[in-house]
Amino acid sequence: MDAHAQSHDDLFGLDRHVRLAGPLPLDSGASLTPVDFAYETYGTLNSERSNAILICHALTGDQYVASQHPITGKPGWWERIIGSGKPLDPERHFIICINVLGSCLGSSGPSAVDPATGDKWGMRFPVITVADMVRAQAMLLDHLGVERLNAVIGGSMGGMQALSWPVLFPERVESAIVIASTARHSAQNIAFHEVGRQAIMADPRWQGGAYYDGEAPSAGLAVARMAAHITYLSEAGLTEKFGRRLQGREAKTFGFDADFQIESYLRHQGISFVERFDANSYLYITRAMDYFDLAENHGGTLAKAFGKCRDTRFCIISFDTDWLYPTEESRHIVHALNAAGAPASFVELSSPFGHDAFLLEAPEMNRVIDGFLKAGAL
Amino acid sequence: MNDQLRPDLAVIAGHIPDAARILDVGCGDGALLAALKDKPGMDLRGLEIDPANVATAVARGLSVVQGDADTDLGYYPDDSFDYAILSQTLQTTRRPDLVMSELLRIASHAFVSFPNFAHWRGRLSLAFGGRMPVTKLLPERWYDTPNIHHLTIDDFRTLVQERGWSVEGQWFLNKGRATTHTNANLFAEHAVFLLRS
Repeated sequence: MDAHAQSHDDLFGLDRHVRLAGPLPLDSGASLTPVDFAYETYGTLNSERSNAILICHALTGDQYVASQHPITGKPGWWERIIGSGKPLDPERHFIICINVLGSCLGSSGPSAVDPATGDKWGMRFPVITVADMVRAQAMLLDHLGVERLNAVIGGSMGGMQALSWPVLFPERVESAIVIASTARHSAQNIAFHEVGRQAIMADPRWQGGAYYDGEAPSAGLAVARMAAHITYLSEAGLTEKFGRRLQGREAKTFGFDADFQIESYLRHQGISFVERFDANSYLYITRAMDYFDLAENHGGTLAKAFGKCRDTRFCIISFDTDWLYPTEESRHIVHALNAAGAPASFVELSSPFGHDAFLLEAPEMNRVIDGFLKAGAL
Repeated sequence: MNDQLRPDLAVIAGHIPDAARILDVGCGDGALLAALKDKPGMDLRGLEIDPANVATAVARGLSVVQGDADTDLGYYPDDSFDYAILSQTLQTTRRPDLVMSELLRIASHAFVSFPNFAHWRGRLSLAFGGRMPVTKLLPERWYDTPNIHHLTIDDFRTLVQERGWSVEGQWFLNKGRATTHTNANLFAEHAVFLLRS
């Protein structure tokens, strides 16, 4: 569909959906056509088209960055930094958040219908990469008439996309904010993901991914979420929040009920997650993250990946208790940016909340992001 | 604007040309970089160890990276800056000589400013009080000072000579005002040197 034939109201706003013809060539050699996108926009694209900010969400995130989630009814996942008077302000910025390729909230992914067959893709959906996600986003931005991004911002897997954007499209990105993220998945990162995938695939309901006509592999997906959730928290945070306290009882039961508060909490995390997320999407997106190594196509030298990024400003933020993507990973990015001569800012912030800190109340993070964005708004 | 700057920073800011590539090592909250921001064509970068200072500097819109002068300068390519600046930081590094070598590898020029430990007030305090000087200039006590390599202007000159660097400029400060070169080692509280490798 021609973008200009659509009205502004069709293109922009909450809960938008569009199908683009593509094709979208993928790193695997496969290609996707057509490509479905679910996205939201906040604020107004100015007449110079210079105030666009793309927010990239994390593994299990979604496009509902500052609006109520349709399944859980919860407020947007990053309302702490988006809103009037906040660092990302719809009164000044045109904010876009797109459900990532491979996910399950409206964009093309394993739980969507393969137009060629009329059946849900399941495991016939092509394996995707973080770069594929970014190229898909670029395709939608073309459709929306957004040529350049004032900023691209994301935490965790969103940070991987934000870091990949200027590498893949250096002329389209003025600044990139990369929070609690990494330029490559470590052996430990891959190991935790593999535990999650094996939990899903060991669930008899998974059936090779063809479960859409029956019961979903919820038990396996819940275990995957439980294991992953531990990696999002810090030991100190867990000790402070739960310690060895018992859950709603005076004494141990000498059984395998959730005696401890931490067990009950993790079970709740697992159970509530399966209501809003697709197990196959979890397989595909964790795979994409495991394949992520920004230096791989540049002879293993990260600085070379940033060779064309001298006109993009970078802001790298890490948290001292994040052991999933520790500060050392951010430093590695910063050293490569310095070596490449790209303008970079980097700060390690202090938080008790581990990897999840970027989603929680972090006034220092807001202050840094606000200043960084305002410096680029000339 | 330079009136508000610390005097050694004002001296440095006053001798930096337009369109220069600057790395301020130990840039604090970015006061010097902020003062240079309005000059045309500047490429300004900072390195700072204290996270609260880095957050303030980044929030001011400066490109500042959290890091340690002793360990992180090696990641910058040769000759990537016109001026490297090390203000009031030399005496806090573990290996001042290596840090200075790195500055002159990364940049063609280096501004280095430091407090002069041989100022007469410190000498008197040590000679007659018998104690490590605690002055307005060096307010910390021996056990809580970040200054782990106290030096004098003459010490600095000796190091510069030994390493074969050349001095392109030198300025001396007393009570925040420029003072004479004569007997600077006795009468200057602060020194600012401009070096070239």
